[in-house]
Amino acid sequence: MTESLFFIFATMAIVSALTVVVTRNPIYSAVSLVITLFSLAGIFLLLEAYFLAVVQIIIYAGAIMVLFLFVIMLLNPGKEAKFLSLTDPRTLIVTLLSIAFIGMIFSLVSGSVNYIGEVMGSVEELGTTRNIGLTLFTKYLLPFEIASLLLLVALVGAVLMTKRNLR
Amino acid sequence: MLTDIAIIITKIMIVIGGTFTAVAYLILAERKVAGFVQERYGPNRVGIWGLLQPIADGVKTMLKEDITPAKANRIIYHLAPAMVLAPALVTFAVVPFGSGIDAFGRHIAFQIADINIGILFIFAITSIGVYGVVLGGWSSNNKYSLLGGVRSSAQMISYELALGLSVVGILLLTGSLRLNDIVEAQIGMWNVFRQPVAFMIFLVAVFAETNRLPFDLAESEQELIAGYHIEYSGFKYSMFMLGEYSNIITASALIVTLFFGGWTVPFIDVTKLGHLGAFLSVVSFAVKTGFFLFLYLWVRWTLPRFRYDQLMHLGWKILLPLALLNLLFTAAWITYV
Amino acid sequence: MLGEYLPLFFLGVIVFGLIAVMLFLVRLLQPKRRSETDLEPYESGTTPTSFARTRFSVKFFIIAIIFIIFDIEVVFMYPWAVVFKELLNIGTFIFIEMLTFLGILVVGLIYVWKMGALEWD
Repeated sequence: MTESLFFIFATMAIVSALTVVVTRNPIYSAVSLVITLFSLAGIFLLLEAYFLAVVQIIIYAGAIMVLFLFVIMLLNPGKEAKFLSLTDPRTLIVTLLSIAFIGMIFSLVSGSVNYIGEVMGSVEELGTTRNIGLTLFTKYLLPFEIASLLLLVALVGAVLMTKRNLR
Repeated sequence: MLTDIAIIITKIMIVIGGTFTAVAYLILAERKVAGFVQERYGPNRVGIWGLLQPIADGVKTMLKEDITPAKANRIIYHLAPAMVLAPALVTFAVVPFGSGIDAFGRHIAFQIADINIGILFIFAITSIGVYGVVLGGWSSNNKYSLLGGVRSSAQMISYELALGLSVVGILLLTGSLRLNDIVEAQIGMWNVFRQPVAFMIFLVAVFAETNRLPFDLAESEQELIAGYHIEYSGFKYSMFMLGEYSNIITASALIVTLFFGGWTVPFIDVTKLGHLGAFLSVVSFAVKTGFFLFLYLWVRWTLPRFRYDQLMHLGWKILLPLALLNLLFTAAWITYV
Repeated sequence: MLGEYLPLFFLGVIVFGLIAVMLFLVRLLQPKRRSETDLEPYESGTTPTSFARTRFSVKFFIIAIIFIIFDIEVVFMYPWAVVFKELLNIGTFIFIEMLTFLGILVVGLIYVWKMGALEWD
């Protein structure tokens, strides 16, 4: 059951992620990205990371993608060009990154490099809200407080950048 | 296993069927209440007391032409109503509407899914509801609908903060996100007496989230004609309406669950009364929810609409700081008293 | 634990199936009459002058950014609220922690407020 659900969500995630890249209309890309994020939330759920799954939807699908849509609607760009031209410097960057990414996947599948590290302790019940709270507010207290500073900086930055338009 | 699946599917059918029926009669009730407030009859031609009016309306919208404007973005235009309706139908799944019964050798809870992140699930799915509104407004290629969509999505995200923060006070008292735990913690003392400020914030925010008067700026018929769904006609229009009214029902049910003891009955322990108790609990839940549904209609025909700057002022400068203060006060109270 | 979520998957499938079936059936029922003016945007009877997807106020955009940041802060409060009473048994540090966190949040709110990002006129 869990396995078949995993394959359903994984297929959804991959297909919609491909649509994000392939489609030439930015709005379609944004909507497909929402579907990708949703499928990822489903996969988190199957991994028993309940809090992470729901936060994935609240923050990414419910807040960040709304901003994306606003920006796309605000700028109202037309369709994207079909291909980058070969002389465009971005072509080189994209090619290099793609090769690196394919290499990473290959090394991961072949098992020569371990990117993930050891899983600590029992996975059971690890992803519940209670356990996240217990670790976040005792063991990882400093990162938590630093996160609030980071958010403050982001807030100040966002307001400063649009300051001209405010007054 | 098969019995389990059968039970799950039965519950889903009951909830979806119940929601559709409730929406149909809520719309009739709205028109009847409007008639009462404005000293006229309201619908009274189809069936006794207009009781068959919802069926007539439903059939009518299905038989009407479905127009797609010439320059609309077709795919998004067709998807948007589903993006409003689907989340609206899913949110009710985690609300417990009764104490549950023992049958087929197991305990059957009156709730589709009793999950450990219940309240967050509702917030997550509601935050998805924004897309239908903003994309429907954008794709129709109509200036009014674009304005309506953008306005309403900005309103929904603004009030989501106050909504989310007001609930934290209750979570501090209960220590669980599971809605059934929140209901059971209210036996003997409703949360509305423990968290009156949170209740007021939640009530106001929920009205804004469902785009109802005095916060119906998305529609505001005098300036935007109809808002984000101007161009929609026929069945797609009724999908928007179904979604909107389902949201109202879920919102009322959620107010009852969080603040008014959910399915509990004051002074009676329904869990000890067997089937009669289960019945009583459902009745109790329905009566309380019905009251808040009536409040929705009552407010709609009583209050005028906010201006957009007043709306933003209320959301960001009054409700948000108030919710933070309430939260701090609750936490300090638990810590030091 | 995961079993609790199983009904939600069923519900998702049923809801999408229901919507698809309803849309399909309605397509068979509805009449098909088309005329040029039917397909024009409705602007209270006047002829539309320009394409509707024009730019709108940057304020909506700012509200969306501020919302993201505060939404993230609110999300941190749920696990905090859930474990609050439990960690209070060890000491009041759990209260002080959130006081610090909220303090920084409030500084941000005051800043946004004073900069006039929340003004609509």
